[in-house]
Amino acid sequence: MNPKITRRRFIKGVIYSASAAASGAGVYVATAASNRSNGAVERLISINVNGRTRRVDVLPQETLAHTLRYRLNLTGTKLACNRGECGACTVMIDNVANYSCSLLTHQVKGREVTTVEGLRAADGTLHPVQQAFIEELSPQCGFCTPGQVVSAAALLIANPNPTREEARQGLSGNLCRCGAYDHYLNGVMRAAELIA
Amino acid sequence: MTFMHIGKDFLPPDVEGKVTGDAKYAEDFRREGMVFARLLTSPMPSARIVSIDASAALRMDGVIGIITADDLPPSAPPANPMLASEYVTYVGQPILAIAAISEHIAENALDMIEIEFERRDFVTDPLDSLVEGGPNAYPEGNAMVLTAPEGDENTASVGVISPVKWPAAEIEKLRLGKEPNGTFTAGWEYGELEAEFAKCDVIVEESFVTAGVPHHCMEPRTSMVYWENGKCYFHASTQSQSSVNNGLAAMLGIAPENLCIINENTGGGFGSKGTSYPTMGVAGNLSRLLNRPVQLRITREEEFYIGVGRPGMQGWIKIGAKADGQVAAVDVIIISDGGPTGQNSASSSAGHISVLYQPDAMRLRNIPVFTNTAPRGAQRGPGQNEMAAALAPIMDKVANQLGMDRVAFRRLNAANSDSGIYEDQGPVTSAFMREAIDKGAEMFNWQAKNSLPRRRGNKLVGIGVGQGYHGAGGYGYDGLLRILPSGKIVIHSGVGNLGTYSYAATSRAVAEVLQCDWGNCEIVHARTDLHLPHSSTQGGSNTIFTHSRANYVAAVDALNKLKEIAAAEFGGTVDDYSIAEERVFKTNDSTMGMSYGEAAQKAIELGGRYSGAETPDDIDPITQRAVAGIQGTGLIGVAKDNLERKGTPPGEIVGFVEIEIDIDTGKIEVLDYLAVADCGTVMHPQGFSQQMNGGGVWGIGMAAYERHVYDPQNGLPANLGLYQSKLPSMLDVPATMASAAADIPDPFNPMGGRGIGEPSQGCAVAAMTSAIADALDGHLFNRVPVTSDMIVNHVAQNTVDSVPLKINTF
Repeated sequence: MNPKITRRRFIKGVIYSASAAASGAGVYVATAASNRSNGAVERLISINVNGRTRRVDVLPQETLAHTLRYRLNLTGTKLACNRGECGACTVMIDNVANYSCSLLTHQVKGREVTTVEGLRAADGTLHPVQQAFIEELSPQCGFCTPGQVVSAAALLIANPNPTREEARQGLSGNLCRCGAYDHYLNGVMRAAELIA
Repeated sequence: MTFMHIGKDFLPPDVEGKVTGDAKYAEDFRREGMVFARLLTSPMPSARIVSIDASAALRMDGVIGIITADDLPPSAPPANPMLASEYVTYVGQPILAIAAISEHIAENALDMIEIEFERRDFVTDPLDSLVEGGPNAYPEGNAMVLTAPEGDENTASVGVISPVKWPAAEIEKLRLGKEPNGTFTAGWEYGELEAEFAKCDVIVEESFVTAGVPHHCMEPRTSMVYWENGKCYFHASTQSQSSVNNGLAAMLGIAPENLCIINENTGGGFGSKGTSYPTMGVAGNLSRLLNRPVQLRITREEEFYIGVGRPGMQGWIKIGAKADGQVAAVDVIIISDGGPTGQNSASSSAGHISVLYQPDAMRLRNIPVFTNTAPRGAQRGPGQNEMAAALAPIMDKVANQLGMDRVAFRRLNAANSDSGIYEDQGPVTSAFMREAIDKGAEMFNWQAKNSLPRRRGNKLVGIGVGQGYHGAGGYGYDGLLRILPSGKIVIHSGVGNLGTYSYAATSRAVAEVLQCDWGNCEIVHARTDLHLPHSSTQGGSNTIFTHSRANYVAAVDALNKLKEIAAAEFGGTVDDYSIAEERVFKTNDSTMGMSYGEAAQKAIELGGRYSGAETPDDIDPITQRAVAGIQGTGLIGVAKDNLERKGTPPGEIVGFVEIEIDIDTGKIEVLDYLAVADCGTVMHPQGFSQQMNGGGVWGIGMAAYERHVYDPQNGLPANLGLYQSKLPSMLDVPATMASAAADIPDPFNPMGGRGIGEPSQGCAVAAMTSAIADALDGHLFNRVPVTSDMIVNHVAQNTVDSVPLKINTF
């Protein structure tokens, strides 16, 4: 996890924004229809997502996962638990894997956010992790897969030539209920070969 | 038989979308004017709803409407109602749904609703309810008395709720591992039980407990629904685009042809999405009520509440074996914890024993008891897998008392193609479990590993073997394909897409029969308005067998039509024609022929059964409608699977495991895992490996981690989330898992295959519990999961203040 954005800092951020972390942070607001006063917290912010600067209107307590899914329509980022337990919502912040359900969007101003949709090259070429996961038939149901892909991509940035055990540790924050772990690890190891 | 496609890996069409994020699940869809629904759920395990006052909520800006049980058809318990009416019977039971222009507003509106409850006594442990004077989960009673024979695992039990009580002394006997004398409401028997026990040299009696386990599919079961021109369009998370139609249409009070189910991907089902489920009905009826598209997003917590779970078991078993190792008699008692829905898998649990150990006589006595815990439903290998968990170390005890090797004991008792199974001792299509055991023992190096010292420093070593079984296929579904004038071959599939890729693997039976390039084939699935045939649910390990047969018969129909059209054009009979390179031609003169595309154009011109204008009489109405939707677009191949039948196609797997147990922490480390399947021909090697390994992960979870936990004081669930439920993570399973197959074709599937998705868990959990007992010098915990605290306490010889056979709590 990104050492600069800790779980404690996330919780502190929610408290400072004076909203209910338990319920409000997990609730989708359809439009910019909320007319509540939010004090001095800026609503319209710029965030860098997949290499593009996006202006978005976000609530103070809004998580990055919700901004990505419901304001920017980047639905590849999945919400399976919405409480920092499973990793289905994993994105990269400045090339480090983070749970986007446990980050406030306001915390990523000025940072580079990369979602699963941002890994493919501009010409459509798949990222080596994506290519390797296809070749190894890594996904089963696919719901955790975007998170696994992003975690693997982040791992390979930090460690382009991991051992299988290092890969296992690197992806251990991503749960897969189908139990496709073996195939995901095969995918990571093949991706490392493709990158080499 | 050498296949062109079967047995080879291929690229399933949905994989790329899963790795790029393009794959859409129900919650990813939006619709103009869509509103957001939130559920108000029961905060208590058992209560009567006295009144509901939603007036303040409905006055809020942005609130669009509400739905309660009053807006829905009445439902009689123990059927799981769409919304609770008079009584709630579990924490998290949906009572009403409210819709607003945002989820935030809907959530806030829930806080404005006042409900007056009248508390009722509740119960979380079946034995606490079964004992005289114990509380009942329903006002009417605590047990299901069946009024109709039990159907398959996707069929709800039919019966009435009645009070059944046992004397306290009999409950106590059961808790102490003795045979109780109480009232049972279900069961079966075959053979001469007492006579067979009399022939036995070793008799073992043990109790057992297996935990209820939530499914915890990664995708919570969100629905998005809208209505257009009297037709309902339903984005669903489901295990089939076909077999949920009738049930969901009934919930909505519409004809099935007015329902369009849209389901491109499903983020896990494991049995919990095999049929229509209550929140589908809530979303659909609310959308119609409001005349607006409605999304009902389900949270992780709600998924625990309503996503159903595996029933638990409390039981007693007596096993008798002869000196030569043959299991002669088995007597088993199962108290089923069916939650409030009464799901009962006891017959399947007992059936597991009848298949894998082939006793000459057997008896099951069973009573399903309701509890105020989470609803229960079918879960991966329902019945069989939890029995696999309980049984393995007990069977090891029998083998050890006989002085037999544990693998040799299982091999001796294994089924073959002439064996009978279950209470009717009905036939199997084929069985080659001995071949699988032999292969596995050799690959795992059983003899050498079983001779290893059982201690390495502060680690205890356990070597285990276990077996899994599940019926692996069905008969009588329909196949549908068409050959277009362009020459493209379009295969229609209503099988759901859970990520087993079997919807695609079975479609390759068409390419096999038509000897065509797989790249020229397209699979149509995901939306019922794309004209999908009557298909089974993707569950019960049945897709491989069931739908390779169904696709085979449709392809044979198409092949015959190709030859008939060619014969009409070039003379002779169909027997004079052959196919190759997507052409049909006269065998002795290949110039006299036509391409598949040209034949398809002829089929359109001919009409009748060639173009789909006429259909076979025996196909399902769903398939009739599907054919009507595509008639005239090409050559239609459609048929019901009327191929020869012979009983149950068995899916059997043997698992081997080596573990180390840290005696200081109780942590179990799985060092080596191998599973070998008796599943006929392996049709899709990568998909096979996925299911074998994935089931292995599930088995490890069942053996050592997962369970329902309730606070017995308040009936509150303590493990709503993934973390507390302790699904196995990548660090809880080996970095590499191995699998193989006996790979002997099943003669009752032209493609040779049988399914393995479910026994892959059963063999793993059985191998694990076998290994744990082995590591601990044969000690039996008589329950799963075996958690680290239990191991630490056992090793330290601590006396733990515990009630035997307790369930659903620590």
